[in-house]
Amino acid sequence: MSSTNYVILFLRFIVLVLAQVLLCNKIGFLGFINPVIYILFIYWYPIKQNRAVFILISFLLGFTIDVFSDTLAFHTAATVTIAYLRPTIMRFCFGVNFEFQSFKIASVPWIQKITFLALLISIHHLVFFSLEVFSFDNFLLILKKTILVSLASLLLCILFSSLFSVKKE
Amino acid sequence: MQQIINFIFRNKNLLLYLLLLSIALGFTVQSHSYHQSKFFNSANWITGGIYKTSNNISDYFNLEIENEKLVQENIRLKQLLFNQEYNAEVPIDTLMLDTTQLDYTIVSAKIIKNNYSLLDNYITLNKGAKQGIQQDMGVITPNGILGIVENTSAKFSRVQSILNRRSNLNAKLKNTENFGSLIWNGKDYNTVQLIDIPRRVPIKIGDTILTGAASSIFPENILIGTIKKFDLDVSKSSYSIDVQLFNDMTNIKNVYIINNKNRAELKQLEAQNNVQY
Repeated sequence: MSSTNYVILFLRFIVLVLAQVLLCNKIGFLGFINPVIYILFIYWYPIKQNRAVFILISFLLGFTIDVFSDTLAFHTAATVTIAYLRPTIMRFCFGVNFEFQSFKIASVPWIQKITFLALLISIHHLVFFSLEVFSFDNFLLILKKTILVSLASLLLCILFSSLFSVKKE
Repeated sequence: MQQIINFIFRNKNLLLYLLLLSIALGFTVQSHSYHQSKFFNSANWITGGIYKTSNNISDYFNLEIENEKLVQENIRLKQLLFNQEYNAEVPIDTLMLDTTQLDYTIVSAKIIKNNYSLLDNYITLNKGAKQGIQQDMGVITPNGILGIVENTSAKFSRVQSILNRRSNLNAKLKNTENFGSLIWNGKDYNTVQLIDIPRRVPIKIGDTILTGAASSIFPENILIGTIKKFDLDVSKSSYSIDVQLFNDMTNIKNVYIINNKNRAELKQLEAQNNVQY
């Protein structure tokens, strides 16, 4: 990966954090629906990179969001989990060919991309709301929040990713 | 030995994941049982600074509404003041007001981050330790209570909102001395719950709820809300009341921080009596 790519990654990190804490955390649709868009960082991160570094960066990303939103450390746990599970989810969505050198996420059919994104978002939200609610008595509440917020996040992430699609990578 | 090293190398991603996850879970468990960490919150200088910059811009869009609210409050206070003058035996202008003897001092502040969509919500204010804000000061708006200061940094402070499952305030029914605890069940940001009001107390929908006298944080008789719905709790001996807040928790900007000057003395006195716990 060249140094310009690192700059792009860094900028993407900053922009997504700011967009999350200054815009998305203030939406409050129906009182509790705050879409999560920084998952796009995990979605866009280059595939053939060192996994350990990727997990560490995800930890940092989640932690930054947590410090801003006073939710220590629900976002961190959720983000680290999807970062760790990402290869498994990719294998599930794209089949084995994502491990080939020539594989590019931009070239797969859109339905596979959306499945990938939806899986990332729903796993993230399930972990997040389980930790936030923190009791099994309210399992229905966890489920309700996960489903509704996931839908909102998915919608917003698709909009954002089509706005800023990465064609060159 | 060789095998252990091989095992670590083979599973280094899994181990790293488990390590980071356990750090995150550690923070989570801590945040559910204690006050949150002193530095890692929205009132430190980086996060507070960014929120403040963002607010400096967005404030302009609400200037008109905020001005209107402040004028309304001024009208209310002027009315109180003028009517007071006629009733009081000693007119106010002849009274020497010794400001060093006041029980409560008030500092104004602005909200730079408000949250109401989580189960444990926190609010960040633009005043901090430099302006004399300390932990456990009460925060109110013209319409009612908002929360209690939990952490302060030099320039910012973080408030535990009443929309927080750990919030527990002393509240009473207007015109009676029956008090209970004000808590939040996390469901609706316009409604909080008042529990432990005994069954024999006559209550009806629409009654006003005020802060009680047992709190060393808030003065007595600050507005909270009105009764929206009530029901007997599981033990059938006391009421569980849904209180509709006067505040619109989604739209607040200017707040007041109350400092009870006698708080240290009160706490000391209470500590003497409650040594056993």
